[in-house]
Amino acid sequence: MLPREYRTISSISGPLMMVEKTSDVRFDELVEITLGNGEKRRGRVLEIEKDRALVQVFEGTSGIENEDTKVRFVGKVLTLPVSKDMLGRVFNGRGEPIDGGAPLIAEQNLDINGMPMNPFSRDFPSEFIQTGISTIDGLNPMVRGQKLPIFSASGLPHNRMAAQIARQATVISGHEDFAVVFAAMGITFEEASFFMEDFRRTGALQRTVLYINLADDPAIERISTPRIALTAAEYLAFECNMHVVVILTDLTNYCEALREISAARKEVPGRRGYPGYLYTDLATMYERAGRLKGKSGSITQIPILTMPEDDKTHPIPDLTGYITEGQIILSRSLHRQGIYPPVDVMPSLSRLKDKGIGKDKTREDHADLMNQLFAAYARGKEAKELAVILGEGALSDEDKAFAKFSSVFEDKYIRQGEYENRTIHETLQLGWDLLTMIPVKELKRIRDAYIEKYLKPLLNKGDA
Amino acid sequence: MPEKKEIKGVIERISGSLVVAGGMEGASMQDVVHIGELGLVGEILEVNGDKASIQVYEETSGLMPGEPVVSMGEPLSVELGPGIIEQFYDGIQRPLELIEKAAKSHYISRGISVPAIDRSKKWNFNPKVKVGDDVIAGDILGVVQETVVVEHRIMVPYGVKGKVSKIEKGDHTVEDVIAVIDDNGTKYEVKMLQRWPVRKPRPVARRLPPNVPMTTGQRVVDAFFPVALGGTACVPGPFGSGKTVIQHQFAKWAQAQIVVYVGCGERGNEMTDVLLEFPELDDPQTGQPLMKRTTLIANTSNMPVAAREASVYTAITLAEYYRDMGYSVALMADSTSRWAEALREMSGRLEEMPGEEGYPAYLGTRLASFYERAGRCIVNGKEGREGSITVIGAVSPPGGDLSEPVTQNTLRVTKVFWGLDANLAYQRHFPAINWLNSYSLYTERLDPYWDEKFDDQWTSLRVEAMSLLEQEAQLNEVVRLVGIDALSRDERMVMETAKSLREDFLHQNAFHEIDTYASMDKQFKMLKTIVNFHHAGLDALHKNAPMNKLFNLPVREQIARMRYLEEKDIGQIDKLEDTIKEQINGIVPVGGDSNAA
Repeated sequence: MLPREYRTISSISGPLMMVEKTSDVRFDELVEITLGNGEKRRGRVLEIEKDRALVQVFEGTSGIENEDTKVRFVGKVLTLPVSKDMLGRVFNGRGEPIDGGAPLIAEQNLDINGMPMNPFSRDFPSEFIQTGISTIDGLNPMVRGQKLPIFSASGLPHNRMAAQIARQATVISGHEDFAVVFAAMGITFEEASFFMEDFRRTGALQRTVLYINLADDPAIERISTPRIALTAAEYLAFECNMHVVVILTDLTNYCEALREISAARKEVPGRRGYPGYLYTDLATMYERAGRLKGKSGSITQIPILTMPEDDKTHPIPDLTGYITEGQIILSRSLHRQGIYPPVDVMPSLSRLKDKGIGKDKTREDHADLMNQLFAAYARGKEAKELAVILGEGALSDEDKAFAKFSSVFEDKYIRQGEYENRTIHETLQLGWDLLTMIPVKELKRIRDAYIEKYLKPLLNKGDA
Repeated sequence: MPEKKEIKGVIERISGSLVVAGGMEGASMQDVVHIGELGLVGEILEVNGDKASIQVYEETSGLMPGEPVVSMGEPLSVELGPGIIEQFYDGIQRPLELIEKAAKSHYISRGISVPAIDRSKKWNFNPKVKVGDDVIAGDILGVVQETVVVEHRIMVPYGVKGKVSKIEKGDHTVEDVIAVIDDNGTKYEVKMLQRWPVRKPRPVARRLPPNVPMTTGQRVVDAFFPVALGGTACVPGPFGSGKTVIQHQFAKWAQAQIVVYVGCGERGNEMTDVLLEFPELDDPQTGQPLMKRTTLIANTSNMPVAAREASVYTAITLAEYYRDMGYSVALMADSTSRWAEALREMSGRLEEMPGEEGYPAYLGTRLASFYERAGRCIVNGKEGREGSITVIGAVSPPGGDLSEPVTQNTLRVTKVFWGLDANLAYQRHFPAINWLNSYSLYTERLDPYWDEKFDDQWTSLRVEAMSLLEQEAQLNEVVRLVGIDALSRDERMVMETAKSLREDFLHQNAFHEIDTYASMDKQFKMLKTIVNFHHAGLDALHKNAPMNKLFNLPVREQIARMRYLEEKDIGQIDKLEDTIKEQINGIVPVGGDSNAA
């Protein structure tokens, strides 16, 4: 095909430009733009109407003018060169190496948009991942192939927690090929270097691929960064049979960039100015997590987003919550009390928990114990609230027991060290230890058999 | 039938899933078109002069202006015939298993054309009419055994009547002619495979009032907020409140002969879960795997958005087809909000004037016409068979805010509202249906049915239990202000019973092998026992029984464990009545009388 090059830019607005008198332009194809000073940029076709094409420029339109700028339509969609050598490397948000190393020799070139997984071809996630964090393993267990976001807010230690998960995540069945793909969208240099430093220091870097789009990089580039990272993850998971954990941070910046493009296109806005297709757009990324039949690899996603004003009903956390399989929510009040990780246990949820736990996976009593801990903590917190209003004296003996339980629970169970890696058995044991504080009659969520087996020995030990 | 005409045009504009084609004179609204060299499937949404706006059911990347667009002159239709049950379709009725085979990949590639119903499989056709019989549309010509539990009834197609002039018993494919009907000289060949446009409701003879319950095995639903056969219900709730688990529970345990489950813009893993779980689970009515009476339609959130819009219509048309055979069908749609969002997205691309929150102005009418396709009715045919479609739609209101347009428009047309409550979900009270704000407009209509079954005790039990829960909510306000000690002994009893109702009756563990399903008999016995204890307890308190002892009687633990009794052992619940009496008598002080309170 002839290289189709045009100098017919008619209008530029925000990240978009209109190219006139085009022919044979394909929807969604990649565009190369050469500025008057020789600088090269890339973009994609957003809309075509007869002989006009609307192009979105990834690096932003500043400096583009309509005389000397040349536009070339490449004839294919944006692809990413991939190979196993990506591990241990650092790339920018467009997938180009920035660690000073040699360019990547591609095994394959993959479309960064991927394709929807056939639900028939999916394999259900059911292998428990041990993160070493009690509030996740014990109460909101994560499984391979799950997408479990962390809902955080500014000032909370979500980055430390994500790094801890990336460091410690393992399966209890044994050691297998494990990789981390890390995509940073619009985070600060300081945050990015925290991750790089942490991965380097703990030796995790050699099994990690990093894509870094910093806060001062073009916002529009952020639209492709997570897709590039997921394309790399898909290659590692389903071609190289590795178990991949993808950490995407911070989705809020991504959505802002999407809103920027939508506004530039003068689209009808949905809630809070975000485009009406935000749900679909997020879904095309989140749904790329999972397992496939007949493949041993998996993609587990941990997207991180900061809730504006700690508001869970803001469109970004809200729509994310509807797509992902649960959420881990961080609490400002626990953080203020100096508890790390400040996981807000009540509203946090892992939807796939029941698939990954139980006999042969973690332990038979896990589900009942988990439900009981939730119920007891909820009741304890309620009792504490009551005590604030009416004074301790107004509580019944049972409520007092629950109130005490909830305080100890926060201090012993939720709180743990940043480098403390608890096994699932340690976490379960801790749960039973705490339940000894509550009258047995109140343990309605646990089968009698498990009370006999796990709780009675602890109680008897106390009596002796 | 009108002649099918083929119209050829070319692509002029592409914007996401919307394509505008020129040169389309004569194309009609809602006709199916094939777009571009890949032959992507689409549907005409708008006709303006020779231009047609088309929503494309597949990813449009790579399309180019000038590529051909071909209209087949036929509206979007589904294929009907044996082989639908146990299938797993996408939004436009393509079997996902065949897509996997055709694409040779785990991903859905584009332009794949696979038949909805297997053309090569032979079914054993058993005629129910003989040559010379007069038949009208809807009459059953014969049956094939589709699965162990579903007998597929082949009906005379709509608009056909006459004398049967030929009928073929034996093994046939769906495309073989199995009968010929002679209408005064006009011969009509009937095949097992029939087609129906998805946006057109299938006609029925007569509609019936919804006064037969559809039990679901879920206590809070069956006892307090029941749904009738042919009814409509909606489950709005914020994320994490257990919407999908409730939908799955209904699909598993609802007393319907056929289940159509449509995952509309939801998670891929959830559909896989259903797909893997249903063949393993046994249906309590038939003892056979649930999959043997289920058909699944999946258009997950990452699949093309336009097909999501079509998926609910595909689902309800399949449901109507089985209803016409005389079955009770339950249709679960998860989630109608995603469907509405697909409408909004297409509307935006068509540059229509937006209504509330960017949704098109016709959102309400679309929702209403979808829910109106539910109902219990006498279907077409001389026999006067009864069939029903019960629709249960999940709604995902953004931020859990029920004032948003999709929820409000849905509430206007559905008769049951199961309001999911995030706070209940945090406390791990599942199903998280809030008993204070949910409602069912069928309750009064269905009470007589259960009263007849349970010796006229049902209505009074239900009303008393609900009023105890209501009183608890009010007393809780008092407790929050001045503490539990301010309550009278009677009020303390109310609080205790309401707690027992909440924890021992309303709370139900979907993942517990026994607790997951409760028959109406079991529900009645459980409710009766709890209310009995309340009466006996009040009585004892009046006779000066000590409150602490009463609340800590060992029988209460037995009440708490009623839910874990297997269906065959529920007779044991009846014995609790005596145990309650005995133990309460044990704590009433000798000589205590009602004046002593």
